[in-house]
Amino acid sequence: MSMTADVYDRRQDRRPWQKRLADASEPYLYSAPALILIIVVMLVPLVVGISYAFRDIQLLNPFSGGFIGLEHFETLSKDRAFYTALKNTLWWTGASVFLQFTFGLILALLLDKPFMGRGLVQALVFLPWAVPSFLAGLNWAWLFNPVIGPIPHWLFDLGLMSQPGNILSDPQYAMWGPIIANVWWGIPFFAITLLAALQSIPRDLYEAASIDGASWFQRFWSITLPFLAPTIAITVLLRTVWISNFADLIVVMTGGGPADRTQIVASYIFTQAFKALDFGYASAIALVLLVLLLAYSMLIILLRQTLLNKG
Amino acid sequence: MKTSLLPTIAHRLAILAYVIFALFPLYWLFKVSLTPNDLLYSEGVRMWPSRTTWEHYSFVLQHSAFPTFFKNSLIVSGSTAIIVTICASLSGYALSRFSFRAKYWIVGLMLLTQMFPLVMLVAPIFKILTPLGLTNSLTGLIVVYTAFNVPFATFLMQSFFDGIPKDLEEAAMIDGATKFTAFREIILPLTLPGIAATLGFVFTAAWSELLFALMLINGNNAATFPVGLLTFVSKFSVDFGQMMAAGVLALIPAALFFLLIQRYLVQGLTAGAVKG
Repeated sequence: MSMTADVYDRRQDRRPWQKRLADASEPYLYSAPALILIIVVMLVPLVVGISYAFRDIQLLNPFSGGFIGLEHFETLSKDRAFYTALKNTLWWTGASVFLQFTFGLILALLLDKPFMGRGLVQALVFLPWAVPSFLAGLNWAWLFNPVIGPIPHWLFDLGLMSQPGNILSDPQYAMWGPIIANVWWGIPFFAITLLAALQSIPRDLYEAASIDGASWFQRFWSITLPFLAPTIAITVLLRTVWISNFADLIVVMTGGGPADRTQIVASYIFTQAFKALDFGYASAIALVLLVLLLAYSMLIILLRQTLLNKG
Repeated sequence: MKTSLLPTIAHRLAILAYVIFALFPLYWLFKVSLTPNDLLYSEGVRMWPSRTTWEHYSFVLQHSAFPTFFKNSLIVSGSTAIIVTICASLSGYALSRFSFRAKYWIVGLMLLTQMFPLVMLVAPIFKILTPLGLTNSLTGLIVVYTAFNVPFATFLMQSFFDGIPKDLEEAAMIDGATKFTAFREIILPLTLPGIAATLGFVFTAAWSELLFALMLINGNNAATFPVGLLTFVSKFSVDFGQMMAAGVLALIPAALFFLLIQRYLVQGLTAGAVKG
């Protein structure tokens, strides 16, 4: 008797409990492979890495390793080199992301139109992304070098330089060297993602808009941009985080010099860890960078959510 | 032809300008790789050296471990690209189509892992992989690269799934298909351009990764090609000619790969498929 009653109750949901469990666990099953990998290979090491920030860890000092609380952060708050690096990071990240995104979007729009040889052009313009970053840095350092590179001579011929010098050793302009290399290297990233997103916009929307007499700019503003918006938000957010953490080009091209003018937080961390061999202090700086980037990401996500809700 | 000539010319010129900007540094790489060592500095600024030589290439191909490095890099990058794309399509689909409690935690976790400099992860990862026997092995590199690339690939795939109208799979499910069948049969084919882009990104990211390749691998047997490039630096001086030759050779597979996938990038969705 009671069993039939039980079965009857369950019937109210019209799904047997196995089915309900299966439905509820479905998204978790989809994300399980990715999640397990991320937790084991990234989250656990990250927690361990963060714990270094509260310990005295110096590679060449066998007596180090003890917990020292917030001592690293006290040192950090008085570290003028850190504040300079923070300011440089803003400049480096802002300029790089802005230029990469702008040119990447223009390139994606140019490539979205069919023309002869498009396949070849696409394969060619995406090539910079395939160059390992340190090789790209070395190569650009060559191009900027007045003895073995052409760029200083061009700038001299154009009258932009009083003599062919190396902008990488010029305190005022040194940052432009890695920024230009980074823009060259990163444009394909935005171009590919935006192009793929452009390609998935239904063509008949444009046709309908053309029939209605919409100008190119109107079509861009009211069809293209809204469709691209989710891709733009995610790629800009990720690129900002990556570029502020991206020290390769700077380490190879300028080493943070001249006079710390190109030292960003990421290259400062690299210097502390691998030149000063002070992993504890390096980790403390990394933690501060992490918190700043976290705050930035929250802001962008909130902004995106507000925009989405409005739309 | 109704389209006027002027915008077409401007369009082609703009593309030409960008192609030159993208290729000039690569041209310079190529030029240096062909310059004989004695002319490297004396004719450094010239657009083309007065004598050229292929000796750097023959050295790289015959007297160095580069063929091994290439094979290792191909295995690592290819496997990483495929595994990441599979994992990321699944998790990207979950984030795009389901609303579940842990969703925001997953997104948060994936973002968080992107914000800590990888330099600080080297030591802890080494400690985790050693007891598993995954240091000094290509499998270990594949596992690490897969984990590094999955978060971004997931976001990328999610944004592509978001761009596909939900009515498509709802219609299929009304016809009796399960969610997974709908995903496999309808959504995945429509996301081909996104899948191609993801494959391309992950492949090149793994192809050029240096830090972990350097830290996790010891000796030449399991070394990948960026590590191989560094062997030209660590000698008494930087052997630029050979290094650039190796760099040019290393670009060939990546270039071929882009040529291969760009078709799918362009293919896109036909308007008819989306009407639903």
